[in-house]
Amino acid sequence: MKPPPFHYAAPTSVAEAVALLGEHADDDARALAGGQSLVPLMNFRLAQPGYLIDLRRIEELTRIRTDGDVLSIGAMVRLSRAEHSPEVALGAPLLAEALGYVAHPPIRNSGTVGGSIAHADPAAELPAVALALDAELVVVGPQGARTIAAADFFVGPFTTAIGAGEILTEVRFPRRDGGQAFVEFARTHGNFALVGVASVIETDGDAVTRAAIALSGVAPVPVRAAAAERALTGTVPDDASIRAAVDAAVAGLSPSGDAHGSTETRTDIARSYLRRGIELALTRAQDRR
Amino acid sequence: MERHDVTLTVNGRTSTVSVEPRKLLVDVLREDLGLVGTHIGCEHGVCGTCTVLRDGESIRSCTTFAVQVDGAELRTVEGLASGSELHPLQDEFWDKQGLQCGFCTPGMLMRACEIVEQKPDVTREEVREGIASNLCRCTGYQFITDAVCAAAARMKAGSTETTGAQA
Ligand SMILES: Cc1cc2nc3c(=O)[nH]c(=O)nc-3n(C[C@H](O)[C@H](O)[C@H](O)COP(=O)(O)OP(=O)(O)OC[C@H]3O[C@@H](n4cnc5c(N)ncnc54)[C@H](O)[C@@H]3O)c2cc1C
Ligand code: FES
Ligand code: FES
Repeated sequence: MKPPPFHYAAPTSVAEAVALLGEHADDDARALAGGQSLVPLMNFRLAQPGYLIDLRRIEELTRIRTDGDVLSIGAMVRLSRAEHSPEVALGAPLLAEALGYVAHPPIRNSGTVGGSIAHADPAAELPAVALALDAELVVVGPQGARTIAAADFFVGPFTTAIGAGEILTEVRFPRRDGGQAFVEFARTHGNFALVGVASVIETDGDAVTRAAIALSGVAPVPVRAAAAERALTGTVPDDASIRAAVDAAVAGLSPSGDAHGSTETRTDIARSYLRRGIELALTRAQDRR
Repeated sequence: MERHDVTLTVNGRTSTVSVEPRKLLVDVLREDLGLVGTHIGCEHGVCGTCTVLRDGESIRSCTTFAVQVDGAELRTVEGLASGSELHPLQDEFWDKQGLQCGFCTPGMLMRACEIVEQKPDVTREEVREGIASNLCRCTGYQFITDAVCAAAARMKAGSTETTGAQA
């Protein structure tokens, strides 16, 4: 099958892209990043935008920068580039680890950080990472720039707080001390996760001072495992307390089942991967000290 | 419908084609440039049979509009051999029976090409992991892995003995 016809432009600035989005709103104009989600959807005619605004020529969207304690990644930074960037490894090791789970290298060579987050697949890795790291999403529209907290960004499956006429320009990851770990269960490596777990755990040597844990694949949007975070914080974790924290988190979940796994299967997987993720983050937190 | 001029350097030859923006890179390669070595399987990025190299990196030509790679340097399976001399990867795929029906082969070769060029010291495990992006329904992957490992070893030996012999 071939995609339906559309108009195409590749502007060189954010302002120009936003103007084009506005001008062609009636044509259902959309941003085109790496195309690794949008082009398959168009090939199957599940998406039929009348106008595509290719962001690839916008230089400023391809930057990776570190400002003090914040790692900023331009929306058009390709997944494989972020994966191998020393700046990302240093500023957001959780992100670097998660990127290795996003599809396969030929997809990561074209797909972008901004595209993955804007696409907001409930099973995708990067939205959960953004949530666990309290990332800030910068969007620009006709009214100028605004910043959205990751907690407010993912509003439903494939739906975000990016407004009509706005584009995502940058993702800001605050640096977190402590241990970070991304683990996931997929039917085969490179597939979307049945369950993905992003954990960031800070300790003062023994006790947990802060825990941020986010899950993908278990709900229509990535979710924080708030009950586990609360249960861990302030404790010196051992086998029993980790088990209790995991049980508390799982009690709040009811992932919808499909051909790839029933509700019970997914809940079971979430239980064991939460545990693995927390233990790995804790080990890494201790190794850092 | 509107058309756009797209300039592509494919296997060292630069051409400009006028295409509808909806035309996929794989179709431009096959229909406009006559390079039918690149195959089309699934058209949604899963099977890898359409894999080509863009600026040295493997990409899916079925999930890429040609307009998105205007100005790029591409390599397809037609660019592997030099004249009648097969590329070590092609030679080893032949020798080790790394193909049966051959449908996945062009994409597999281009993916393998990226793997061995990025990492001349690639391990067998890394080759297995690396080619997992491409589906082969015939071979069970064992012979493909053998072929890629053998080619990597040959290319590495070749590049230390002579310089620049490997195109
Ligand atoms: C075979 C295959 C397997 C995959 N497996 C995984 C996986 O395991 N995990 C995973 O997370 N993903 C997976 N993906 C998706 C892939 O990672 C995509 O590349 C990514 O989700 C989208 O990024 P993109 O840059 O290609 O965006 P595009 O496809 O270009 O765009 C996706 C959507 O986001 C919008 N958009 C893009 N950029 C912006 C922006 N800056 N501002 C506003 N809107 C924007 C577009 O309009 C479109 O609606 C897979 C894809 C394929 C083909
Ligand atoms: S045809 Fe491109 S990946 Fe299947
Ligand atoms: S040789 Fe037949 S699909 Fe690979």
